[in-house]
Amino acid sequence: MNIPEELRYTKTHEWLRIEGNKGYVGITDFAQHHLGDLVFVELPETDAEVAAGDVLCSIESVKTASDIYSPVSGKVVEVNEDLEDDAGLLNEDPYANWIAVLELSDPSEADNLMDAAAYREHCEKEEEAMG
Amino acid sequence: MSSYLPNTEADRRKMLEALGVSSVEDLFEDIPKEVRQKGVGGLPGPLSEDELVRHLTALSERNCHLGQCVCFLGAGIYDHFVPSVVDAVVSRGEFYTAYTPYQPEISQGTLTAAFEYQSMICELTGMYVTNASMYDGASALAEAAFMACGVTKRDKVLAAKTVHPEYREVIRTYTRFRDVTVEEVGYKDGVLDLEDLASKLDDSVAAVLVQSPNFLGVIEDVKTLAEMAHDKGAMLVVSADPISLALLEPPGKLGADIVTGEGQALGNPASFGGPHFGFLAATKKLLRKMPGRIVGQTTDLEGRRGFVLTLQAREQHIRREKATSNICTNQALCALMGAVYMASMGKEGLKDVAKLCYDKAHYTMERLLERGFERAFGGPFFKEFTLRAPEPVETLNARLLREGFLGGYDLSRDYPEIENGWLVAVTERRTRREIDRFAEMAGGEKK
Amino acid sequence: MKKPVKLLNELSKPGRRACSLPASDVPEASEKIPEKFARKEDAALPEVSEVDLIRHFTRLSQLNYAVDVGFYPLGSCTMKYNPKVNERLSRLPGFLNLHPYQHKDLAQGALELMYGLKEMLCEITGMDELTLQPAAGAHGEMTGLMVIKAALEHRGEKKRTKIIVPDSAHGTNPASATMAGFEVLVVTSDERGNVDVENLKSLMSDEVAGIMLTNPNTLGLFEERILEIAKIIHDAGGLLYYDGANLNANLGIARPGDMGFDVVHLNLHKTFSTPHGGGGPGSGPIGVKEELAPFLPKPVIVKEGNSYRFDYDRPLSIGKVRSFYGNFNVMVRAYAYIMTMGSEGLRRVAEDAVLNANYLLERVRENFVLPFDRRCKHEFVISGSRQKKENGVTTLDMVKRLIDYGFHPPTVYFPLVVPEAMMVEPNETESIEELDAFSEALNAIAEEARKDPELVKNSPKTTPVTRLDEVTAAKRPVVTWITEEE
Repeated sequence: MNIPEELRYTKTHEWLRIEGNKGYVGITDFAQHHLGDLVFVELPETDAEVAAGDVLCSIESVKTASDIYSPVSGKVVEVNEDLEDDAGLLNEDPYANWIAVLELSDPSEADNLMDAAAYREHCEKEEEAMG
Repeated sequence: MSSYLPNTEADRRKMLEALGVSSVEDLFEDIPKEVRQKGVGGLPGPLSEDELVRHLTALSERNCHLGQCVCFLGAGIYDHFVPSVVDAVVSRGEFYTAYTPYQPEISQGTLTAAFEYQSMICELTGMYVTNASMYDGASALAEAAFMACGVTKRDKVLAAKTVHPEYREVIRTYTRFRDVTVEEVGYKDGVLDLEDLASKLDDSVAAVLVQSPNFLGVIEDVKTLAEMAHDKGAMLVVSADPISLALLEPPGKLGADIVTGEGQALGNPASFGGPHFGFLAATKKLLRKMPGRIVGQTTDLEGRRGFVLTLQAREQHIRREKATSNICTNQALCALMGAVYMASMGKEGLKDVAKLCYDKAHYTMERLLERGFERAFGGPFFKEFTLRAPEPVETLNARLLREGFLGGYDLSRDYPEIENGWLVAVTERRTRREIDRFAEMAGGEKK
Repeated sequence: MKKPVKLLNELSKPGRRACSLPASDVPEASEKIPEKFARKEDAALPEVSEVDLIRHFTRLSQLNYAVDVGFYPLGSCTMKYNPKVNERLSRLPGFLNLHPYQHKDLAQGALELMYGLKEMLCEITGMDELTLQPAAGAHGEMTGLMVIKAALEHRGEKKRTKIIVPDSAHGTNPASATMAGFEVLVVTSDERGNVDVENLKSLMSDEVAGIMLTNPNTLGLFEERILEIAKIIHDAGGLLYYDGANLNANLGIARPGDMGFDVVHLNLHKTFSTPHGGGGPGSGPIGVKEELAPFLPKPVIVKEGNSYRFDYDRPLSIGKVRSFYGNFNVMVRAYAYIMTMGSEGLRRVAEDAVLNANYLLERVRENFVLPFDRRCKHEFVISGSRQKKENGVTTLDMVKRLIDYGFHPPTVYFPLVVPEAMMVEPNETESIEELDAFSEALNAIAEEARKDPELVKNSPKTTPVTRLDEVTAAKRPVVTWITEEE
């Protein structure tokens, strides 16, 4: 399972990459693997204000619909429109294909997120629980 | 015991033995004693097949059916001709005793037919997508209102007073518990009052709901209504008579965002109001906001064409409380009847039906105008029209009934402002003789 | 029969038709459709001959599995035999060709039938009043919840906005709750597969409007503590809603009304033998206790002396949930079914349904994981988790293999609380021989999963199409033959 060192992670399997006052948000390799072939991403609207833990958008596979939660608070400034045409990009490379870019309202919130090591441990626990 | 229960006493004993219990009662031990019954009390029956047939035949004969009278009554349910092929197809056990096609490998019949149904409904309405059916025209319109609210993130809809009164009532019930406001827009000369609409249409409105031809029979100006709605960021939802769409420009080509309607006219008998089917069709943009089941085309592992239920992540069995609707069971077999009907009529036949309705309705109106009736509204109509009768409709219809005619719909309850308002429907089944006699009985001497 | 099916548009040829219409006997209307309203381009409906049409749809029908073809053990769907006499009766012209707005005096037979059905269903469920208006089970759920909301609002309890739904519930339950403007609280299941009563107690508050329960629940298990649950809900000022999907197990055995339920919906297309029609039409009447009767949709059928009429004067009614009176022709079939069975027959239906399910479970239990090892009611849930873990064969693989053995798969991956779930409902219209054959097939597949997993994973092999690409279907939807051409 691919868990890049430089990213921060949520318990609900989103990742965050910070560049200046902007945060790139996507789903992890663990998430895409367990969801299976993704068929649709309902992208958030630009200019939408979200708080950390709010539903940012939803993604669908054939037999599931899952909410994606925002790792941090901020305003949506950009969405990845490539995903509109092919949600499968998230399966192909979940880290290169971010979902949305947020303008962070409080960059220190990122400190509440897990680092790669902590996230790896979290995933292992979940795998175990799933049997 | 009934022929629907195959297990014999010996079979039951064998099964109980296999379970190691002495009586079937033992299988119900986990039900609290306080609620356990010894059977249903007081039901009639059991009847043998012959007794049952006699009993129900006798009941059915206490009704007067459309084969025993001449029907000029419409108001949402119409006496159209249903070709024999329709019942021949839906009487096949392989269609009517199948479940929802969740296992596509052994449901290609239902799935393919539903795909064809969807294609033909989209051809008729001029829309991109439709689902595999809704309960009826009224609930389809209510669901369309919710779709519009969801997409526009607004919580008010405007419903034309020229929409079927029962449909408006259903919309009121559906919306009442979800904090969606419904405001009605009045009418002028039988069509939606554009000034009233303009005064009520603002950026809090999710959708304008209209019917065309409307309940009073008149064709609405869908294009203008669509432009007005879109100007304020609202959607236009049109409830349409599918037969009329053979002659009238489809709402999809005039800017409607969602087209709904009652499908009964497409090969479904009147059936005392149901079952029939509702249809709901929409633009490409709304594809993933649709309620209900949708069939899509795909291929199997060996590259063969096949059909599946698709976009299921919208639906209740996956999205639960966040689903686009709670609809599960729809009106599949009735939609199949619609599909067989549309294919049976075909491109030319449906136009012929529509043309016959149009000409006969206009002929009927002319005959009635000669006998003391007044045309209530000047606008163009299709197969149904509103007249002012020279007498209360109740007495008029009672007199007609004695002559074997089901007269038009009495508008006095829903539209008391139209004095002695009478809504007359004429389908392709009415003959000139029937129409002439009807006019004569309705109006007496020619004036 | 292996040649590919052509679609109607592919069969179409200009000039062909499959209908015969009368020549017009009236003059062409002088009033023309105004140009701006007239259709510019014809609707491209197919042009086929009647022979083509019938062969096409007959061919399609042969691609379907159906109750008339074989055993259909879909859990929670009650795919019982659909009696042929009921089909014949539903087509009597005096039922089929009635206009909903014809005068009541011309429809007394229809009204008497509806009234009689209502009375019988009240008796069967232990309720006081009933509406036949809802068109399907989910429609009934929505209607019942609206009635609850209206009644609570009438009591002055507007803040009761939450409805409790078990984690094992049908997806329609939470979806219907949303339709009726409720917020959903989920109650968990305990180790016996019942509602976890302690968890339920912790959810109670003065914001709770009630609970929706299926009993027997979707695991096929009777909620043993139903009376305690009813007391908890009622003491807290809430109401109980009964999802009638599984009523088949209770006929003549235990009435929802006696268990403490205030509202119940029925699925005439499950319990009362009306056909599923490939997905509909159904009929979802709801019965209620006295207190809730004024809130039912209108009109209500009333009997006065020996005649019947619709009563629209119902000031507290929630209004209407569909046009007219419901799926009348479905009601005719259900009425005929109840009259055929009578009191004793219905009791026997439940007994045989429950006996069949327990017998079948006994025959397959060794090969599968039983999440709850109890006596079941009319259906049971087993899990394919052992096969998945040990052989890499999923429940989906195994049920697809069942198709090769000539059976319809059971309901799978539901309820959500059981991994790799298979939910099997062999109803009372199946014989012991059919159950034996099915159990042998299922056991053989468990064996194949061990010895030849690839065989199972590559099934079905005997169908006109094999597994379909649902991912592409959802990614790039082709939903009409028009989209295909684009």
